[in-house]
Amino acid sequence: MATRQTRTLARAMMAPAVVLLLVWMIVPLAMTLWFSFQNYNLLNPITRGFAGFLNYEFFYTDPAFFQSIANTLIIVGGVLAITVIGGILLALLLDQPIFGQGIVRILVISPFFVMPPVAALVWKNMIMHPGYGVLADIARFLGLQPVDWFAQHPLFSIVIIVAWQWLPFATLILLTALQSLDEEQKEAAEMDGANVFNRFLYLTLPHLARAITVVILIQTIFLLGVYAEILVTTNGGPGYATTNLAFLIYRTALLSYDVGGASAGGVIAVVLANIVALFLMRAVGRNLDR
Amino acid sequence: MRISVFVLGLASAGLMTSTANAETLTIATVNNGDMIRMQRLANDFTSKNPDIDLQWVTLEENVLRERVTTDIATKGGQYDVMTIGTYEVPIWAKQDWLLPLDNLGEGYDTDDLLPAIRSGLSVDETLYAAPFYGESSFIMYRKDLMEKAGLTMPEAPTWDFVADAARKMTDRNAEINGICLRGKAGWGENMAFLTAMSNSFGARWFDENWQPQFDQPEWKDTLQFYVDLMKDAGPSGASSNGFNENLALFQQGKCGMWIDATVAASFVSDPEDSTVADQVGYALAPDKGLGKRANWLWAWSLAVPAGTQKAEAAQKFISWATSKEYLQLVASEEGWANVPPGTRTSLYENPEYQEAAPFADLTLKSIEAADPTNPTVKPVPYVGVQFVAIPEFQGLGTTVGQLFSAALAGQMSVDDALAQAQNVSEREMKRAGYIK
Amino acid sequence: MARAVSTRRKTIATIAAWLVALVIFFPILYTVATSFKTEAEAISGISLIPSGTFENYVQVQTQRDYFKPFMNSVVISVGSTVIALLIGIPAAWSMAFSPTKRTKDVLMWMLSTKMMPAVGVLVPLYLMFRDFGLLDTRIGLTVVFTLINLPIVVWMLYTYFREIPGEILEAARMDGASLVGEIVYVLTPMAVPGIASTLLLNIILAWNEAFWSIRLSAANAAPLTAFIASFSSPQGLFWAKLSAASTLAIAPILIMGWFSQRQLVRGLTFGAVK
Repeated sequence: MATRQTRTLARAMMAPAVVLLLVWMIVPLAMTLWFSFQNYNLLNPITRGFAGFLNYEFFYTDPAFFQSIANTLIIVGGVLAITVIGGILLALLLDQPIFGQGIVRILVISPFFVMPPVAALVWKNMIMHPGYGVLADIARFLGLQPVDWFAQHPLFSIVIIVAWQWLPFATLILLTALQSLDEEQKEAAEMDGANVFNRFLYLTLPHLARAITVVILIQTIFLLGVYAEILVTTNGGPGYATTNLAFLIYRTALLSYDVGGASAGGVIAVVLANIVALFLMRAVGRNLDR
Repeated sequence: MRISVFVLGLASAGLMTSTANAETLTIATVNNGDMIRMQRLANDFTSKNPDIDLQWVTLEENVLRERVTTDIATKGGQYDVMTIGTYEVPIWAKQDWLLPLDNLGEGYDTDDLLPAIRSGLSVDETLYAAPFYGESSFIMYRKDLMEKAGLTMPEAPTWDFVADAARKMTDRNAEINGICLRGKAGWGENMAFLTAMSNSFGARWFDENWQPQFDQPEWKDTLQFYVDLMKDAGPSGASSNGFNENLALFQQGKCGMWIDATVAASFVSDPEDSTVADQVGYALAPDKGLGKRANWLWAWSLAVPAGTQKAEAAQKFISWATSKEYLQLVASEEGWANVPPGTRTSLYENPEYQEAAPFADLTLKSIEAADPTNPTVKPVPYVGVQFVAIPEFQGLGTTVGQLFSAALAGQMSVDDALAQAQNVSEREMKRAGYIK
Repeated sequence: MARAVSTRRKTIATIAAWLVALVIFFPILYTVATSFKTEAEAISGISLIPSGTFENYVQVQTQRDYFKPFMNSVVISVGSTVIALLIGIPAAWSMAFSPTKRTKDVLMWMLSTKMMPAVGVLVPLYLMFRDFGLLDTRIGLTVVFTLINLPIVVWMLYTYFREIPGEILEAARMDGASLVGEIVYVLTPMAVPGIASTLLLNIILAWNEAFWSIRLSAANAAPLTAFIASFSSPQGLFWAKLSAASTLAIAPILIMGWFSQRQLVRGLTFGAVK
């Protein structure tokens, strides 16, 4: 149907976004690539020069490197699991007729509005601290030994904090999808005598598939780069228990001021992120096509 | 689209040109209490210098350090005065990133600055930053608990005494921990304490040829002693405790002893926030009889980046903020107890100050006992008591700090932590070209 | 009978939902409660009823003016979102209504630009900003946020536009509507919910962005994230003051979110709704 003229126009309308993003991607990427082959420490400008693959070698052989990749995947996977499963359950609950639905929904989505560093500080100091945190108070009230979260379960603690921030997002999208489920279909299934579980499995879940895909895609992009929560709470420790790739790059860039090394880390992170993205697209991407 | 960019541009351009005639100094500073007070009192400066406007950028310590370091290294030129520590000064001065402070005005009395602090801020006898407040570290302890344990704290205790006392004071049922020490990973967190502690055990980061020394018995003694002591007498969650967490614990009466910055004394003795204010005693940081004590030296200082166009005004401000008159001003406005400590000899000779700050004498002794140019028992090629003043230290110190906090949390043995620390240090030093 | 069951079910669902909602909301509630405590109270264990002091807010305001960073946050987050929408709407329109074989790839590629770790490009970008004189300017931060959020904007709009049946557009075209007219009079009204929720979501994301906003600003353009960074972790007790500062920083966006949650939810489909 589209004439050549509209097609040209369509291109023209796409152009600003594409060109801007192209520049936004290529310029930093090119600079990062360039710096990744340079010996460039901000605090030591004298030693600048061509480094070959030294930066890559150094980043790759960092004792924390492999653990940091594993940690990155655990954080992404853990948070996704919690937010998707928790989000579905919450969405199902909020879809029920309840008293004060509006207020409940507001309370549930609120964590999404909290800045990551604030969220991390609040959780660290007021909720999870083994001395004067709320969880410790509850544990003591129940006669239990307070859990030292950041020493005993450091990575799990980070996952909890990040999941708390993203649960509202997942819930919102899943709830929107759920509410679009045809009322008649639901009733028909009920008439057929399908029990709650079957109805969920064969009617609701397939209907939510696209929404779940969207949640996974968008969150993955943000979760790959989590670092503020780690910086505020554990500084990547104890050991390398909470060092993920983003934090490792942070350490190289803003503690060692090793621009070359951080750039190499950045390039490695981009490559890995794209592998994850490719894998994701294979696994769930077909849900996006109708 | 273009129009809205343009409008936005106009709007922000309009806002930026609001300060027309006066010269505006942009001052980057850390959000500690003494600096906040300086901002409050800055009217005194601007009323004396009507041609200078002040503009503050206040940030927490780590973010501030990132910001000013990035800016000065890239010559971004965002700041005219920077608040930096004794770690940065020697490194930056060597790069010619800082202007020498040669124009602080008459009556500034540079010779009044405490010698240990002054030497930490000078390179080749030239002052590159003026100290705003200085600190060392010492022991704060609970007199009542010490008495209950049947002990008396000497003014200069040994590590063995401290460890023994800590174990005796510990009463898990009453939630009293014999000793609270830093455990949170970071070069300025647990490594500040542990490096200072290792000095007293005869350990050092590097030998004269920059060879890392974590495989030496002195480090093993240090770390084992620390981990054992914290296991027996430290609080739960110690591996994520820094200055503030320990301060909170001490103020709530949950610590028998606490070894940390001397500025903490004014917090723990403040009856408004501290439940144990009337029971706090002070002592020098412990030693092992080897001639070095486990105390550090730090000074938050004001410096002028070499890129600024407003060097004269900047020095004028620094001169005001670190002068004797400023101390007087704070004393008259907010009392002697709130005067920024640790910078001037004359302050410690002032009887009014000595009365208002019972910890003044030990603070001075602690500062004097620290020697940044000669910090360890064995000789070292570096400057710095609780740090090594080389650019690589921040990253390396934080990595080693992570390993040591894992040892504290029980996730790693002391031997493993030291072996890995040695490994990463050798790696880092090779890369930076210190060793082959 | 049926009604009795449904009332009982409603009650159970209500109790469950409220319990969960309160648990999720608790950290925020506790932060607000702490902001009215004294510093000593703040660290002395659980209590939701504070002594009701406003001292923290007074101190926060005297220590650092709230209004300027607040205005910066508003200008930067709204400005960047509006610009991103202006660029994104045409792009999403053309992707949705004249798709080519590569449309999907272009979309995925756009999203993948967000995967570059920010810290890795800090120094290169800082150098560029210095050379263009954009350091510590609202324009600089607006540009960065526009670019950061553009992929999400395009994607959200694209998925929303695709829900709009093509026949309507064709009908409009038959009536002789120009392309611009088609967008302005036909498409936009139908897409308002999608555009509104895109707008809201991106304002929230820009408001909470805490890396570039602190690293590229100093005194003039510093938004509320930098305001927070001036209250976290000083030497000394700070939970209560930080709670007050946090409450101030969160409050505007939280209130906006509360009032607009219906719009936010309605368009937040990402094409996930049939």
